[in-house]
Amino acid sequence: MKKPPVPLFQNGVRADGRAPDQMREVNITVGIVSNADGSAMVSYGATTAVAAVYGPREMHPRHLSLPDRGVMRVRYHMAPFSTKDERKSPTPTRREIEISKILREALEPAVVLEQYPRSRIDVFIEILQADGSTRVASLTAASLALADAGVYMRDLVIGVSVGLVDGAVVLDLNGLEDQYGEGDLPVGYMPNLKRFTLLQLDGAWTRDKFLEALNLAIKGAEFVYQKARDALKSKYMTIAEDIYGR
Amino acid sequence: MHLVVPRQLVFPGDVVATAESRVEGPVYLDNGKYRSLVVGLVEFREDVVVIVPLEGTYRPKKGDLVVGYVTDVLATGWEVDVRSFMPAYLPVSEALHKHVDLETTPLTTFLNIGDVIVAKVKDVDLTDEYPIILTLKEEKVGKVERGTVIEISPVKVPRVIGKKGSMLNTLMELGCDIIVGQNGRIWIRCRDVKDEVFLASLVKKIEAESHVMGLTDRIKTEIEKWKTGKT
Repeated sequence: MKKPPVPLFQNGVRADGRAPDQMREVNITVGIVSNADGSAMVSYGATTAVAAVYGPREMHPRHLSLPDRGVMRVRYHMAPFSTKDERKSPTPTRREIEISKILREALEPAVVLEQYPRSRIDVFIEILQADGSTRVASLTAASLALADAGVYMRDLVIGVSVGLVDGAVVLDLNGLEDQYGEGDLPVGYMPNLKRFTLLQLDGAWTRDKFLEALNLAIKGAEFVYQKARDALKSKYMTIAEDIYGR
Repeated sequence: MHLVVPRQLVFPGDVVATAESRVEGPVYLDNGKYRSLVVGLVEFREDVVVIVPLEGTYRPKKGDLVVGYVTDVLATGWEVDVRSFMPAYLPVSEALHKHVDLETTPLTTFLNIGDVIVAKVKDVDLTDEYPIILTLKEEKVGKVERGTVIEISPVKVPRVIGKKGSMLNTLMELGCDIIVGQNGRIWIRCRDVKDEVFLASLVKKIEAESHVMGLTDRIKTEIEKWKTGKT
């Protein structure tokens, strides 16, 4: 394994100065793409994801529609300027196609697709800046965009990542920890229903470390969930303030 | 037991009430609790909790009045766009009172692509090829020749009508014809075109400020101002 350029974990502090159970700065804005039916921008530190939802609308071509439920299509894509070193080719890579699929599968338990027969819901996700944890930031953005579009959902899905860095369980991996860490566990969590919709695991973990990480992920997801609620709330409250302020 | 207060903002997954309470709107039952499916506002109507969504597409219900655009002429009817996620169908038998011979009379003589109609939803069956069936065999429905159609978010329609039609009656004071389609399309026709433009702006105002209290009074004062400005 490659050696990291800086020590990742020293005296209980991570390379960017965070405690093991600390998220990066979380910023969430809802309703930023006016062309879309629903949209959201989520950033975990430098990682920034924008999601836009179109639909539900009629499925074209019609033979791809399902008679008993709607079809959700998810496209995860990284902008050419999103990476640190070299410009990323704008063509979808094998990795992006795979992430699109796992994000769709992480959103499907929350979205009530049976309410939209013969139709489709398109979710577009663009990574503006990548610094680790892009798939979980995308998941949060996508679920908020769906809620903003008024699509029936059983719960919001919040994405957070936990990882194993120098033997310690840490929350919200950044790019450096993602690259040089020993393990990585992206999680999709529904805070109201207390259920998981995404659970991927990479690296060698002991049972104890895994359970510790899972509990840390729930803690992180609940923190992000509060921010998500505030963001949704502020979209509808600003209109009220506009009128009372006059 | 209710677990919310009036005018509270709820989010998907939030508990609204326990299973024995009466709840209406986009909610689902989970382990003996009603949870919201949308971002919405809570309203209490007598002892019923109603969740009013703040965003979303039109979901047709039997008996709804809708304003639609004819998008296709089929063999025995018309396909109509009613702003839902599904197409609507208007069969010839539901559009005309007398019998016509389809072999000699082209359907375009009655309705053509691009025509605007006010129709009633006769039936909704999600398992059908055309899930929404429309009818013109009702009062106050038919093809629209003149006037303006404005579009608002379908979830704001109840606010444009108001409690027992209070908002609609306020708007009627201008002396215009108004038909509010449940699908968020509103057809208006006034004698004076200036009134029509003003009325359209009022409807847009209602849409933008639908969840702020005291809206009917603000609309009333705007109408008074407009009326005194004209005379």
